[in-house]
Amino acid sequence: MLAGDDTQSLKRTPLYALHLARGGKMVPFAGYDMPVQYAPGVLKEHLHTRNAAGLFDVSHMGQIELRAKSGKLEDAARALEALIPQDIVALPPGRQRYAQFTNESGGILDDLMVTNLGDRLFLVVNAACKDADEAHLRAHLADACDITALTDRALIALQGPKAEAALAKFCADVAKMKFMDVAELSLDGLACIVSRSGYTGEDGFEISVPADGAERLATALLDNPDVLPIGLGARDSLRLEAGLCLYGHDIDTATTPVEAALNWSIQKSRRNGGARPGGFLGASAILSQLDGGTARLRVGLRPEGRAPVRENAPLFASADSAEPVGTVTSGGFGPSLNAPVAMGYLPAALAARDAVVFAEVRGQRLPLRVAAMPFVPNTYKR
Amino acid sequence: MTTLYTPDHEWLKIEGDVATIGITDYAQEQLGDVVFVELPKVGRAVKKAEAAAVVESVKAASDVYAPISGEVLEVNETLGTEPGLVNSDAGGAAWFFKLRIADKSELDGLMDEAAYKTHTA
Repeated sequence: MLAGDDTQSLKRTPLYALHLARGGKMVPFAGYDMPVQYAPGVLKEHLHTRNAAGLFDVSHMGQIELRAKSGKLEDAARALEALIPQDIVALPPGRQRYAQFTNESGGILDDLMVTNLGDRLFLVVNAACKDADEAHLRAHLADACDITALTDRALIALQGPKAEAALAKFCADVAKMKFMDVAELSLDGLACIVSRSGYTGEDGFEISVPADGAERLATALLDNPDVLPIGLGARDSLRLEAGLCLYGHDIDTATTPVEAALNWSIQKSRRNGGARPGGFLGASAILSQLDGGTARLRVGLRPEGRAPVRENAPLFASADSAEPVGTVTSGGFGPSLNAPVAMGYLPAALAARDAVVFAEVRGQRLPLRVAAMPFVPNTYKR
Repeated sequence: MTTLYTPDHEWLKIEGDVATIGITDYAQEQLGDVVFVELPKVGRAVKKAEAAAVVESVKAASDVYAPISGEVLEVNETLGTEPGLVNSDAGGAAWFFKLRIADKSELDGLMDEAAYKTHTA
């Protein structure tokens, strides 16, 4: 079988055996053999995460540490600010921030999380981009920073309203953490980096754990009946309902953070008139877009019927116009809404709330309404 | 009444010159949670192997092919409001549409239950 040859070349995370033991349906994803779903299926897994707690293996993502050669964290922060439009200099110890690596034209090379761990910066990057990200960091920051890819750690996301109670059994301190707080904690005797974050719109945690202890910790968390293992299928529908971008789909090297409606992630200090304006790759394009707007914009879309409108569906200004004006970049069914949801790019003039556009699906023009995101309100503990 | 199967995982129940068509339990299992079904219009003439309906799971859209040629006599409107019926009763209540069979000889190439079981084994 061809499939056998393909899967042999796929990498496995430290939780691979656990996925098989729990009946995970494995698929290739970003070079890894990953569970797309378990026996309950995507709908039930999605709703379980919204109502209780879901455990996700996100070990395929990259974990990278930056240490300033000078020994001063601020030097690492300043160096990293040459590659991202975010403020890292003012990011306090024990805090995390969402960021984007940009290119010379302002496009997005990857999106990532940046944490100040006091003596070093800790980065979590996308699986498909992690080798390129590491090379990018080395090409630009090698003089200022020691760059270490942490290949001996797993990453577990525990998401949902019962995540705090499930994790507090191992360390009561997690209950005190707020959204985007990060702490180095011992969980079940394992030295973990715990952040109160995730990518589902739910309250929850991401736990970086030594690879050789990952299965033990995941198993201990799954001993709690409120916690179920959740596959990548539900992770995708959860992040779509939360209005969160998926790299390579909603954002890529041809979209800027401003076009992607990620302005909120760019702090005032890095903008024109701020304390440290610009100084990052693509700054001139991005700063002028922040001031003057963009020709197109990522928007939320609610199809008016029940038919899902999926990625790559062309968008039209009217039911009978000939030329598309935009494209759906993510789309599917939102189990929490019991309705289809999508996001995509539209000309700024058509991107107003409640504007109606049309997607072409199987030769038919289906109406969609421009809608606010997130589609499902987030429940972060701020 | 005879039940026949296609290699693409549709089933047909034949009663006189009418065929009731749905997808198999094996197919719904592969598709996962069904969230939307698009049915053909009553009166439409479909040709064998033509895409006649669409079933959308959380993951993807899949065509349902007409196993034989014929005219659409009736569609299962219930699937419009309860697409999940395809997961819970693929072989029964979740039938998709009924065709007036145009040419009975087209049934010859289809599988019986034993052959279909071998096909999906």
